[in-house]
Amino acid sequence: MAGYTSHSHQEIDNTKYEFTEEELKQVQYHISKYPDKQSAVMPVLWMAQEKYGWLSDGAIQLVADSIGLSFAHVYGVATFYTMYFKRKMGKYLLEICTCLTCGICGGPEVLEYTKKKIQANEEGISPDGLFWVREAECLGACDTAPVMQFNNGHYVHNLNNDTIDKLIDEVRKGRLPEFVSIPLRDQSIIDD
Amino acid sequence: MQDWRNYKKVLLPDIPNLNQIEVYEANGGYAKWKEVITGTGTHTFIKREEKVLEDGTKQVIETKEQVPYSPKVVVDIVKSANVRGRGGAGFNAGLKWSFMPPKKEGVPRYLAVNGDESEPGSFKDRRLMEFNPHLVIEGILFACYAMEMDAAYIYIRGEYVDYLNFLEKAVFQAYQKGYVGKNILGSGRTIDIYVHRGAGAYICGEETSLMESLEGKRAYPRSKPPFPAQRGLWGCPTTINNVDTMAQSALVMRYGAEWYASIGAKTHPGPFLYGISGHINRPGIYEYPTGMLITDLIYKVAGGMKNGKKLKAVIPGGVSVPILRADMIEGVRMDTDSLAAAGLDIENGKYGFPLGNRKLGSMMGTGGMVIMNEDTDMVKLVRRISQFFHHESCGQCTPCREGTGWLEKLIIKIDEGRGEMKDLDLLFSLTENMEGRTVCMLADASAWPVRATIIRFREEFEAKVKNSVYAVS
Ligand SMILES: Cc1cc2nc3c(=O)[nH]c(=O)nc-3n(C[C@H](O)[C@H](O)[C@H](O)COP(=O)(O)O)c2cc1C
Ligand code: SF4
Ligand code: FES
Repeated sequence: MAGYTSHSHQEIDNTKYEFTEEELKQVQYHISKYPDKQSAVMPVLWMAQEKYGWLSDGAIQLVADSIGLSFAHVYGVATFYTMYFKRKMGKYLLEICTCLTCGICGGPEVLEYTKKKIQANEEGISPDGLFWVREAECLGACDTAPVMQFNNGHYVHNLNNDTIDKLIDEVRKGRLPEFVSIPLRDQSIIDD
Repeated sequence: MQDWRNYKKVLLPDIPNLNQIEVYEANGGYAKWKEVITGTGTHTFIKREEKVLEDGTKQVIETKEQVPYSPKVVVDIVKSANVRGRGGAGFNAGLKWSFMPPKKEGVPRYLAVNGDESEPGSFKDRRLMEFNPHLVIEGILFACYAMEMDAAYIYIRGEYVDYLNFLEKAVFQAYQKGYVGKNILGSGRTIDIYVHRGAGAYICGEETSLMESLEGKRAYPRSKPPFPAQRGLWGCPTTINNVDTMAQSALVMRYGAEWYASIGAKTHPGPFLYGISGHINRPGIYEYPTGMLITDLIYKVAGGMKNGKKLKAVIPGGVSVPILRADMIEGVRMDTDSLAAAGLDIENGKYGFPLGNRKLGSMMGTGGMVIMNEDTDMVKLVRRISQFFHHESCGQCTPCREGTGWLEKLIIKIDEGRGEMKDLDLLFSLTENMEGRTVCMLADASAWPVRATIIRFREEFEAKVKNSVYAVS
């Protein structure tokens, strides 16, 4: 089922969940885009996740309250989509595509290598909690297969063991990948 | 077909910074939109009538008439160009637009633009968002004008956040110039464009699921009827089109329906974004007319097979369309008709893909072409594809939820050497039982690749199953 993650153990959470004045304005803007306030749930879930890193019950309650929806509804939406995190996992998510093209162009091997490299446990998390690796479905960048999405953000293209080594080292030094634009293909024709 | 070698790119032309509005305008962008929305331009409507002359010979008389760009005229122009939807199903966009009910005062109408692009093997819409977002926006404006809509919502898959940013910046620029928003260029018309970010669910690309998602719900597809034109977003008349379809429509308005219809394949015309990936030397998006030979695309355009390996198979348009064996693609062109007939002449059509009451080669789908070499393990390929669909089924319908699970389980069993010959027949009948019984087409889309691959690479499946007691003859 799309994006279903079980809601496991409950921990005591002392975080104070609230949006700033500025953020509340942003919430109002999202509400104003649609004829029905319920539609603001996805953009505001994104806001909460970007602020807190994941969607705890407290964060979901905050989203529900700031739009005026029930906790149950917002929770239901949050659990439908794979990019909303319902559990606190590693700090940086590495999603490696092993789907169609990446699947035949080395994606599965890169995924295995990465798991070993970061000494991932069964859930794909490194011992220091810095990395969390999981398999991705087609990311829509099959021309640069295999591809990774870094922490719900930039793509890292043309992966191999070397690029993985470099990426992991850089991130450990606090340098995160940047956006790379893949130029349009030159269309010169090849005749033999 | 005209000479593709001299084709000039129009969807993704090589103009630096075309995603900046000034550059786009300097290259003819928004000029037609200004004419249409301010009522300053007119459309030259050519009427052709056949007349029998006194001596009995026939002559075609052309009369030209200048007509204002009314919403209906815009629908008719796009319809006559035969812009076939680029989201996968290939439905005539203008015809779809004409299904909108007559405008009722006080009842809003919406356009939903599908930028979910999650069909494995497809990556063209992403390039439009980055390199030519204003063409998409201009197309959206024409569509909203033609269907008398108040707002458009562009739904973009959550993973495309970088590309969404390009599009969002472009929308912002278009607002600043007054091409979008309230009282556009003093015309009194209001059209708003909003960008909505998804959050990772393949099913949201299905049109009714997309609408549920936009409404802020779990994205379970809706059963049809009612169709979106009757009851769509927030219960109001809605039309859904792909991002690329919008760009195509803008080109039709700029250069004319006759120009458009003259490009590429007669029944499936226009510029086309071929997304070529896999075991190929130069993977990427290539813009050419529809109707290109698959062999030209592989060898002359994308640089041939990587490492000089032999070609084994091609998936011509995204994961759901039937896979073609290398021996089925000779002379086959990327258009609906040519693909439909691909390989059917081989041994009394033994590779024909049964669909309804006909047999089929393959389909255009999204134009995402996956090229596979001789080392590709077809059972493993189908195993991964089945995993995808099982994971992405929304679980609402039993045949899909259970069926996708069973397909995956059986294929894993076969791949691991635990399968029997009868499992192949079981797989086959499973796929037949999943079709046409569910709320949306995901169930069909998941059954097709399994069935097509078994029909076309049966020997590989048989090689992996244990010798079955039934196989003795
Ligand atoms: C399971 C499923 C997934 C789909 N995914 C997409 C998609 O990612 N992008 C898209 O444009 N159309 C997708 N479609 C097709 C849409 O439902 C719809 O037909 C299309 O957006 C209409 O646009 P068009 O007529 O311009 O092609 C999907 C259909 C199904 C059944
Ligand atoms: S066919 Fe599958 S994906 Fe589509 S609505 Fe039914 S269960 Fe959901
Ligand atoms: S299959 Fe990996 S990006 Fe498409």
